[in-house]
Amino acid sequence: MRDPDPFVPRLFRVEEARRENADTTTLGLVPSHGEIPSFLPGQFFMLYAFGVAEIPVSVSGLSGTGRLLHTIRAVGAGSRALCRLRPGDFLGARGPYGSAWPLDRAEGDDLLLIAGGLGAAPIRSALLRALAERERYGRVVFLYGARGPTELLFRPELEGWQRRPDLEVQVTVDHAPPSWRGSVGVVPERIGHARFSPAHTTAFVCGPEVMMRFTASALLAAGVSSERIFLSMERNMKCALALCGRCQFGPAFVCREGPIFRYDRIARLLFLREI
Amino acid sequence: MPEAQVPASQGSIMDREGLQALLDVLTSRGFGVVGPRVRDEAVVYEPIRNVADLPEGWTDRQDGGRYRLERREDRALFGYAVGPHSWKQFLFPSRQRLWQARRTETGLEFLEEPSRDERWAFLGVRACELCAIAIQDRVFLGGVHRDRSYAERRQRVFVVAVQCAEPSGTCFCVSMQAGPKATCGFDLALTELLHAGSHRFLVEAGSRVGQEVLAAIPHRPANEDERRAAEKVTALAAARMGRTLETRGIRELLQSHPEHPRWEEVASRCLSCGNCTMVCPTCFCSTVEDHSDLSGKHTERMRLWDSCFTLGFSYLHGGSVRKEIRSRYRQWMTHKLSTWFDQFGSSGCVGCGRCITWCPVGIDITEEARAMRSSLPEETAHV
Repeated sequence: MRDPDPFVPRLFRVEEARRENADTTTLGLVPSHGEIPSFLPGQFFMLYAFGVAEIPVSVSGLSGTGRLLHTIRAVGAGSRALCRLRPGDFLGARGPYGSAWPLDRAEGDDLLLIAGGLGAAPIRSALLRALAERERYGRVVFLYGARGPTELLFRPELEGWQRRPDLEVQVTVDHAPPSWRGSVGVVPERIGHARFSPAHTTAFVCGPEVMMRFTASALLAAGVSSERIFLSMERNMKCALALCGRCQFGPAFVCREGPIFRYDRIARLLFLREI
Repeated sequence: MPEAQVPASQGSIMDREGLQALLDVLTSRGFGVVGPRVRDEAVVYEPIRNVADLPEGWTDRQDGGRYRLERREDRALFGYAVGPHSWKQFLFPSRQRLWQARRTETGLEFLEEPSRDERWAFLGVRACELCAIAIQDRVFLGGVHRDRSYAERRQRVFVVAVQCAEPSGTCFCVSMQAGPKATCGFDLALTELLHAGSHRFLVEAGSRVGQEVLAAIPHRPANEDERRAAEKVTALAAARMGRTLETRGIRELLQSHPEHPRWEEVASRCLSCGNCTMVCPTCFCSTVEDHSDLSGKHTERMRLWDSCFTLGFSYLHGGSVRKEIRSRYRQWMTHKLSTWFDQFGSSGCVGCGRCITWCPVGIDITEEARAMRSSLPEETAHV
């Protein structure tokens, strides 16, 4: 009996393809055979578009729902091919891989979920989990920045979240038309406007690296402990198995020790250029 | 792959005909024998059949950016150090199909690679190369996800080590504690004994299979003089290393000085060609490509060696992370000598010297380490 080959994807079918904005699509995937392996918010799968590429994509939904949810922005050959898939189409998927948002560890804390751009996708899975187990946390705050109002992801859902009394949502955009009544500016600036107890707060941050650097600094300045700030990192990745060597971030493999890192463990690397 | 270690043998003696018998026995046991031969003015590893294929009477002269074969005065078959090839090209091929996919009437189908029954016997493996194979074993087999194709190739390999007698000008295996004497990880180990017109090999078995193979070839027990002569070969080699690398504190030294001006200095010489990563026997980074046919119904997923010196290696949406050569050289050298410990529990360098020899501008990893260390205060340099 041979060992299984970890490189070979499993066959999944697209059940739903939901356009989020001009360049981003959420795919709902079901396996052709068998069950979806259980996964945690923050983890990722390798998605394979036939004949084009295989790319790492974080889960944006929850385990145990009978389908995999991935929110993909069309920026390269692989992601464009995935975004072109329609219900009934097939693709390959393997996973889950990597570390998860430490939702258990955050129990009892205020939870600060901070997303920039597509970072809202991995943050969404953490938010859904937190809302499903709302009693485990103190205040739950979702800070979300996008380039403009039309680029916001999960819009119908976002409106629902904004109406919830047990969730504070702050949305900010870089540029806005006059009709925009929300806030304009960058995400880290919203931290000062959010209600949470810094000494008892766990923060999850996902977005462009520069946004995460500023956000982490703002969180530290607000009094959040560096051991309770978690970032989701990204590096070029081909295998997700710690075999291709590409996703190195200092001594870590992003696919293995990451993508979710505790801030104090990577702070030094985070502020180095081109590491 | 050598299994359980066997009790240390007292050593046996075989002659040149015995070496041919060894090749024949390995061939008859179904091994494809790969060994050193001269091609394109270098010693390379290729399939061989006969002792006559070996680089008889050749040696190599190596220095930064320089490799030349020269004639020896004797008929030594293994009288050189290492060439541009390493055994990784057999265990971890530079180009390999991972799987195939094809469109079917009902969707897609993924086709795994069949297990292949190729069995290699490596002849002429140096101590540093055994060490490199052990390092790649940890990379490909030591983690949660095992590389199945590597595992399948590796477990069938028969290793004939040949003790090093002629370290080159770029060798520093002694510094890396990787040689020159092979003490384990082989099925058979040979020491070439040449003197006063006689040409013999002291043979040690390192595994049960090695013992079986040895039993099938003409040999006799070694005497005390022959054992001493064999010991002397590696002892002399150890004393003739072309380079040294101070490894004390190197792990901390490199990780704690990512902004050292030396990175800029070496970047001004480095061409970012990736030669060092190609010839390195432990470098394992790879990329993948999809090769589709014209009908669009069939595609092959290929894995190819890649190098951290390419711009594409660190590409993310928006641009590469390591745009400057400075960052790429820093990544390579820090990984090799430092973060490799964090990842795999050992250094990624075995001191074979290939990266120095085959660097077109002769960048020398031992010199870079020395320069960085010497520019720092003593206590920092020796963390």
